[in-house]
Amino acid sequence: MKTLSENIKSGIDYASLSRKNRSRDIIFASLGIIVLFIAITTLVALFLDLAVRGAPRLTDPDFYTSFPSRRPLDAGILSAWVGTIMVMLVTAVIAVPLGIAAGLYLEEYASKNWLTDVIEVNVSNLAGVPSIVYGLLALGLFVQTFGMGETVLVAGLVLSLLILPIIIVSTRESIRSIPSELREAAYGLGANQWQTMAMYIIPAAKPGIITGAIVGLSRAIGETAPIITIGALSFIAFLPQSPVSGDFPFISFEWLNSGFTVMPIQMYGWVSRPQADFQITAAAAGVVLIVMTLMMNALAIYIRYRARK
Amino acid sequence: MNGMSKFQTTVQDGSEKPVRKASEHLDHWYLEPDSPTRAKVSNLKFWYGDGTQAIDDVSMPLIDKKVTALIGPSGCGKSTFLRCFNRMHDLYPGVRYSGEINLFPEDENLINLDPNIVRMRVGMVFQKPNPFPKSIYENVVAGLRIRGITKRSLLDEIVEDSLSKAALWDEVKDRLHQPALSMSGGQQQRLCIARALAVEPEILLLDEPTSALDPIATAKVEDLINKLAGDVTVLIVTHNMQQAARISDYTAYMYLGKLIEYNKTNDLFTAPKCQRTEDYITGRFG
Repeated sequence: MKTLSENIKSGIDYASLSRKNRSRDIIFASLGIIVLFIAITTLVALFLDLAVRGAPRLTDPDFYTSFPSRRPLDAGILSAWVGTIMVMLVTAVIAVPLGIAAGLYLEEYASKNWLTDVIEVNVSNLAGVPSIVYGLLALGLFVQTFGMGETVLVAGLVLSLLILPIIIVSTRESIRSIPSELREAAYGLGANQWQTMAMYIIPAAKPGIITGAIVGLSRAIGETAPIITIGALSFIAFLPQSPVSGDFPFISFEWLNSGFTVMPIQMYGWVSRPQADFQITAAAAGVVLIVMTLMMNALAIYIRYRARK
Repeated sequence: MNGMSKFQTTVQDGSEKPVRKASEHLDHWYLEPDSPTRAKVSNLKFWYGDGTQAIDDVSMPLIDKKVTALIGPSGCGKSTFLRCFNRMHDLYPGVRYSGEINLFPEDENLINLDPNIVRMRVGMVFQKPNPFPKSIYENVVAGLRIRGITKRSLLDEIVEDSLSKAALWDEVKDRLHQPALSMSGGQQQRLCIARALAVEPEILLLDEPTSALDPIATAKVEDLINKLAGDVTVLIVTHNMQQAARISDYTAYMYLGKLIEYNKTNDLFTAPKCQRTEDYITGRFG
């Protein structure tokens, strides 16, 4: 008489089961490769197309050192890239410390009650709010109510609002991913909450936190809608005052109140021009903007890689 | 059979007392002049945040500079009991204690002390080796840094001393500044013991310290615990009865959050007073 398990086993065809599993593997792997290929080809094609079209301007050193102009072949991106760097500087200084602090507080210090639940849901939802809504908020609040004007500072503030949720969420995620053993090890030695955080949790979560901050910033660098809404200029033939000077007190914050333009706005302005040659300029600016974003992402990857070693 | 031979010595010393259930005859242990009490647990009850009662009216002494083992089936509350000693439960919301764990000689109830102060006095080694992702050296001095000690020469001295006590010095003295996570699991656990010893704890808690280790690493850690007895008061949770018999001087058997029997290890294993203890140690149950 066969035992029960023998009865079960005799009903299983191991060879066909293994064949079936193997063919599933092959189907899934090839599907994956196709999808990956489509994604990469699209990106590369887009980038190459821009690079080829923009090549005449990209290879001209004057492109990077001259102001915009009515004549497409004289137009440069000096005010745009300087503006982008200044706006990003403001955004980083405001959003990164604020976002990290908020994330740390919510994850480590805040007591878990309905209020923190509401805040948590809200923060996650804010990450999905269309960016133009932030632009309208900034227009109403900063530009009109506070009368701050269309300045570098306002642009930095609105982009900070836009990327705060991203930084908060990624900070919380990377702190949550620290195993509780590490936490218990620190507390077990008599560390208080601040010591545990500062000496063990934050260093361990640092790669994740920094990556989140950079991902946020690289989203901000390409944002156009909120900047247009607050009224950034697309034709600007001067640079904001330099933050450092030779005279006392050497550091000036005048640039914060200066009018400005940024790379995406500059592109947008050029694309809407009738002259065909401006398309070349716009394509070249696009390449520079993509390279700027890629460089930031590369920095994030490098930091993660170094931290893992 | 280390535990046996150690016990034999005790008998020859003439210090052996008649077998008693300590939970019922607590005072007996205070009368023993050669085994002062380091801590005394009285009517300890503990509830988790969800309201489950995990410890039910446990009373027992912790004899100074001896190894006390907690045994019992899974879920009997032995780890929970251990973690009351350094208030580890306080990291999670809603927990509740009642009763006392008095530390001697000060006779302070640690349930009423600041948990951070308790953890500075009572060290702990966890089930899974959990070194910090830093160098070996930084791991050993972690507790000292937390206490604000920065004098390099003192730190160096304590590192050598603690690693020697943890029988790790010879293996790592040439690579003190390499990452602790590059060590083997057994070395990591001994590093965690060194880290706990560096701050000279009044009591050292070990929560199944060998359950994640291979047999050779386990033997080394057991060896180490045997060496520590006499210097440090150790409370160890183990699911391995042979291990309890090998390394401990006193054993407590817990079941469903209650202390069933507490005695000298040899007495508990050779002549248990309770039927349930006997069932458990003979493998009829659990």
